[in-house]
Amino acid sequence: MRAYWALLRGQARSQTSYRLSFGIDLVSNVWATALDVFTVFVLFAVTRTLGGLDLHEALVVTGMSACAFATGDMLVGNIERITLYVRTGRFDAVLVRPLPALPQLVLLDLPLHKLSRAAFGATVYLVALGAADIAWTPGRALLAVIAPVGGVVFFGAVFVVTASVAFWWTESGEFGNAFTYGGRDFTSYPVSVYSGWFRNAFAYGLGFAFVSYYPALALLGKPDPIGLPGWVGWIAPLVALPATGAAALIWRAGIRRYTSTGS
Amino acid sequence: MTVISARGLRKEFTVRVKVGRLRRDRRTVAAVDGVDLAIERGEMVGYIGPNGAGKSTTLKMLTGVLTPTAGDISVCGLSPVRQRTRLARRIGVVFGQRSQLWWDLPLRESFELLRHIYRVPPAEHAARLLRCRALLDLDEFLDTPVRQLSLGQRMRGELTAALLHGPEVLFLDEPTIGLDVVSKQAVRGFLAELGATGDVTLMLTTHDLADIEKLCRRLLVIDHGRVVHDGTIEALHARYGSRRRVVVELESPAAPPEVIGATLVTVTPLRFEYDLTGATAGELLVRLAGLPIRDVSIVEPDIEDVVARLYTGVPVTDAP
Repeated sequence: MRAYWALLRGQARSQTSYRLSFGIDLVSNVWATALDVFTVFVLFAVTRTLGGLDLHEALVVTGMSACAFATGDMLVGNIERITLYVRTGRFDAVLVRPLPALPQLVLLDLPLHKLSRAAFGATVYLVALGAADIAWTPGRALLAVIAPVGGVVFFGAVFVVTASVAFWWTESGEFGNAFTYGGRDFTSYPVSVYSGWFRNAFAYGLGFAFVSYYPALALLGKPDPIGLPGWVGWIAPLVALPATGAAALIWRAGIRRYTSTGS
Repeated sequence: MTVISARGLRKEFTVRVKVGRLRRDRRTVAAVDGVDLAIERGEMVGYIGPNGAGKSTTLKMLTGVLTPTAGDISVCGLSPVRQRTRLARRIGVVFGQRSQLWWDLPLRESFELLRHIYRVPPAEHAARLLRCRALLDLDEFLDTPVRQLSLGQRMRGELTAALLHGPEVLFLDEPTIGLDVVSKQAVRGFLAELGATGDVTLMLTTHDLADIEKLCRRLLVIDHGRVVHDGTIEALHARYGSRRRVVVELESPAAPPEVIGATLVTVTPLRFEYDLTGATAGELLVRLAGLPIRDVSIVEPDIEDVVARLYTGVPVTDAP
């Protein structure tokens, strides 16, 4: 544990050594998430309901998604820099240290300037929870806490999976973004606004529907227009478990592949 | 005690070769092709070979970065890939072109972070750091961010970083590459000092043969993935027929005498050169007495010549 703490401290000291740039990053990072939220307001300027939810209800979905994505992105998102490590061979230096590779990479590059974005996401979520008409029960309060945590883990797993592609395909570039940033955009809106194979693949095949939409329905006590039973929202955060399992398997296969082919 | 051992070590890579306009064939290339090694505790071994001979690949397999295609490895009694993190505590690795240091932090802080990562007791860490500071002259740049260090300074930092956890084996991949003469001397002097203690086993790859001549009694030459020489530098010279040369310069022109056990290689009016093929330099000088000699010098065989001959692939097939 001390070893990981040391890695984290090193990263914190490195980033804050560029004070002005750290400050600018801190501020500018809020914008991306702020724009996502702003988009929802724009949408509601032309419609009263979106996928069966009104503005305040839709903001619960958006806030939960923003909170989960921004935090997951801050904690694990920089794993996508693995392409750089693999291509330049710096990954070798990671492998000769007495720690597992994944936590090292995460902590070596932890983007602390994204803290502001995670804080903004959490704020949007809290405000939306306050503004929406929720019949609070102890169960709902618990779900309101657990759902974004599950979302963070889920997005973390998505980041790890898409980054692992680098072990097979060094110049994977934008491919992973379709699932990470694409997943964020997808989870910002009620799943009921999508349709067809695209909805089935993203929402249920990859599990993005369970990150924010179903937990939000359970919090709001609303039925699902698509027709899934009400209890789905209560167990939706568990989607993080298979996602984590899959990510661990793919990551390990990736490391094995790296160590058997080299840079 | 054997610290590093490898038997039948082999590593294949798949490369795609372009054939025709769009088609690419997969072809298997053996970067390391049946290497056997046994290195004892405290040895200093130079591992040399031309670019692409398989030096770095071997080192990566010994440190657990790459999985061998075939063969057995044991380093400090551990299996490098399976017990990678355990092995990492017991070895030090310096990749000449890859840094272990935190780019934006002062050297001192990188060392402190490494102390935590390797869980070194503070007293041991302090003692080792003190020794490195003295031997490598680190004090003047200990508080400078690594990104502002010169290559020579950074390399001295890398060496320290690799040694702070007290490794039993030190692997160095091109530790003097790109350094100026003074820094090279500093690094070599430090490594020689380290080797003299006899506690650390040292294996280094290099292109700079002076590194080897100064540091390593034992030399492993690898070419096309195979060890083509394993022994002392003298043995290499003996095997590939490199000889000491005696250069004689004269005050006035004279004819060179025939000497048994020495071959005349060049003759000009005021200078001639013999290669010693059996006679000693002393015997030769006795035969030269009476000539108007201005100066005599004995040129030791140059390892670079031998190795260059090895690399250009003349007779290297008969591995011992």
